[in-house]
Parts: sequence; structure tokens; C-alpha cells
Amino acid sequence: MESPFRSEEAAFRFLLITIGAFALIVVASWISAFLGFIVFLGLSAAAVAVYLRQRGPAPEREHVEQRGGAGGRRVLVIANETVGGPELLSAISTLALTQQTEFLVVCPALNSRLKTYTSDEDPAREAAQLRLDETLARLASVGIVARGEVGDGDPLVAVDDAVRTFAPNEIVLSTHPSGRSNWLERGVVESVRAHYDVEVTHVVVDLEAEA
Amino acid sequence: MSAHAGELHAGHDEHHGPPLANQSSRVDARTLGMLLFIGSEIMLFGSFFAVYFFVRVANPSAPAEWPPPPFEFPVFVAGVNTCILVTSSFTMHWALQSIKRGQRTAFLAGMVLTFLMGLAFLCTQVIEYLNVGFNTGDGAFASVFFGLTGLHGAHVAVGLSLLLMVTIRGFRGHFSPEHHHGVELPGIYWHFVDVMWIVVYTTVYLL
Repeated sequence: MESPFRSEEAAFRFLLITIGAFALIVVASWISAFLGFIVFLGLSAAAVAVYLRQRGPAPEREHVEQRGGAGGRRVLVIANETVGGPELLSAISTLALTQQTEFLVVCPALNSRLKTYTSDEDPAREAAQLRLDETLARLASVGIVARGEVGDGDPLVAVDDAVRTFAPNEIVLSTHPSGRSNWLERGVVESVRAHYDVEVTHVVVDLEAEA
Repeated sequence: MSAHAGELHAGHDEHHGPPLANQSSRVDARTLGMLLFIGSEIMLFGSFFAVYFFVRVANPSAPAEWPPPPFEFPVFVAGVNTCILVTSSFTMHWALQSIKRGQRTAFLAGMVLTFLMGLAFLCTQVIEYLNVGFNTGDGAFASVFFGLTGLHGAHVAVGLSLLLMVTIRGFRGHFSPEHHHGVELPGIYWHFVDVMWIVVYTTVYLL
């Protein structure tokens, strides 16, 4: 929902709309109190509908400052349940073979909304840490050195945090296949592509097919 | 000073202050702060309106007429006051648009007019209180009237402080077409105060 107070211009526009709306309510109320109430309800419903349908302006594409010496590549890997998937490990191995690469694997601590709101995040973080440890161990067993972190439960916030501290050249996002992935449903891959001016690779891991 | 000391000094200049804070939110932190503040203000006004509607509607012994006879609200004076406050929003908007276009004189004129109109609103409200003919001890309606209009008046006073600071800074040469965030945020607050007054005036005085 777009906030009517996100800028002075938006707040001023909101004030004008408020004046118009309340003038209508007053006129309707002078005719009949019931009509005034109906107009109030109608305008409130219309306002909610309009603001829910509006979207804020698209954020500007963020430039990620590049670090590291010549030839050194920094790859940020974002994955949760698919973090140990063969397709993802294969993609990481390919990147490691082609160029000297530094990896940061971030596992967002996915949690239910209720548990997030009640600050009950410890089990989610522990589960994410377990998956992350297993993946780092598997990568180390094939000679790939990678660092790992448990990130925020919101994958976009986890990416944002990691981008600011790690400044990657490339972001690898791993998800379940379409239809089973909440991240794809939410448009996480498109959002990350739209927001950062670095290469974004999407790896699909089908854990059910593997099983 | 040795060359080594000079290098050290140069190094200090480069790393002045703490490192930049990690900022996850996509919203500018200052704008987000103002949004959260306004959110809390809406809840505060909401609680006062809940009392108003209880006294006027839900209360079993609610007065049939509002305000209960023989008291009367100064609807006309408050209406003129409303016009003054709404006009001040237009001048505030004009001031911000002017500084965005680099028109400093128009910006300063807009700020001074906005401040004066806000001050006129507040002074008129004080005079209205002195002549309204009832006090907080004259019933729940009077308490609600003074509570809601007084709460709004306190917000106007806060807004006037912000406008005064912006005006003084403006006369000292602050703000430019590139840097006007210090005008934008008080502007948002001022429009919010005006929106709340429209709601207060309509519900308390007119309906």
C-alpha cells in the first residue's frame, strides 16, 4: 500500500482529498444523518480500495560497489530449504572452477508470521544453521571454501543485508520449482534482479524429484 | 610534522566517524521515522475520537442535541480558523515547491506566511477557549471538546516550532534545490495536522 504521507506532495494531495471527502459527508449529513453515514462508509471503502491497489514508485536500481582484486569474484548464494540441493552445489562448483571465487552462503531463517510477530525465531534460526553447516561441510569436502550466515526470515532483507556487508559481483538464488516455491510466488527473483545492478542467477532445485 | 605523521593524519580524515550503519529498509530512514511518528499520532487521535463517539453515540445518557443546550460551539469562528489553517497548507506546499525550483524569496515568503497563519490559528483557538462559555467541568461533552481541540492545538504548537526552525534556517541560507529534506518532513507533519483538523472540525463542530 502506498503511504499518503511518504512525501510532502503526497501529504498535500491527501489533504485535498480529505477536504473534498469531508465536505461531501457534511453536505450528505445535513440532508439526512443516515445518508451522511452511508456516504462516510462508501468513501472509506473507496479510499481503502484505491490505496490498496496503488503501488509505491519502483525503487531505483542500486549500484553494488565492487571489492576485491583483479580476477577475484564474490558470489552471494541465497538458499533455504534447497541449500544442500545437487543443482545448487553443481552451480557453485562450476563457478568455483571457472574463476577464483569467494562465496558467502546465506540461509534465511524462514518462520511463520505468527512466530515472527511473537519473536519466536530461535527454532527457525537453529534449523537454518543446521542446513547451512551441512552445506558448508559438503562444499568443503569438494575443496570449495565458503563462508556462511543465517539471514533474516525475509529473503529480500537477507539479500539486502548481505549485499551491504559482502558487496557481491553475482547473486545466486536457489528456489524450489515453480508451483512449490513461496519465493517465486512472491517474485523474490524478479525483485532482486530489479533492485541490484549485479548478475543474478536463479537455480531451481527439485528436492522431490531427487527423493 | 614528519611525513609519517602527515600520512596518519590523512588516514584519519579518510575514516572520520563510525562506519555507515547497515540499512535494510528500502525507505529512507528519516522518512520512515516520520511515517512511524504519524502512525502513532493517528492512534493517539483515534483514542480521543473513541471517547468522543462514546460520549456522543454509545453513551446511554448521550445528549439528544450536540452540544447540549444551552451551550453552543462557535462554528463560524472555527470555520474561519479552518480556512486559515487549510490556506497555510497551500503556502507550505508553495514554499517547498519554490525551494525545489531554487526560488529562495518565494520559499521564505511561503514559510513566513505558513508560520503566521499557524500562529493566527492557535491564537484564535485560545481566544475561542476564553469566550466559549463553558469549561471542562460542564459535562463530558465539554471535556471531549477541550480534549480533542486541545490535543490538536498542541500539535499545531509543535508544528509551529518546526516551521519556525525551518524559517530561521531558511533565512540563514540553509536548503537548496538538492537539499530540502528539512523542509519536506515538517511539511508532511503540517499537512497531517491539517488533515486531523478537518476531521476534528467536521465531527465536533459540524455534525
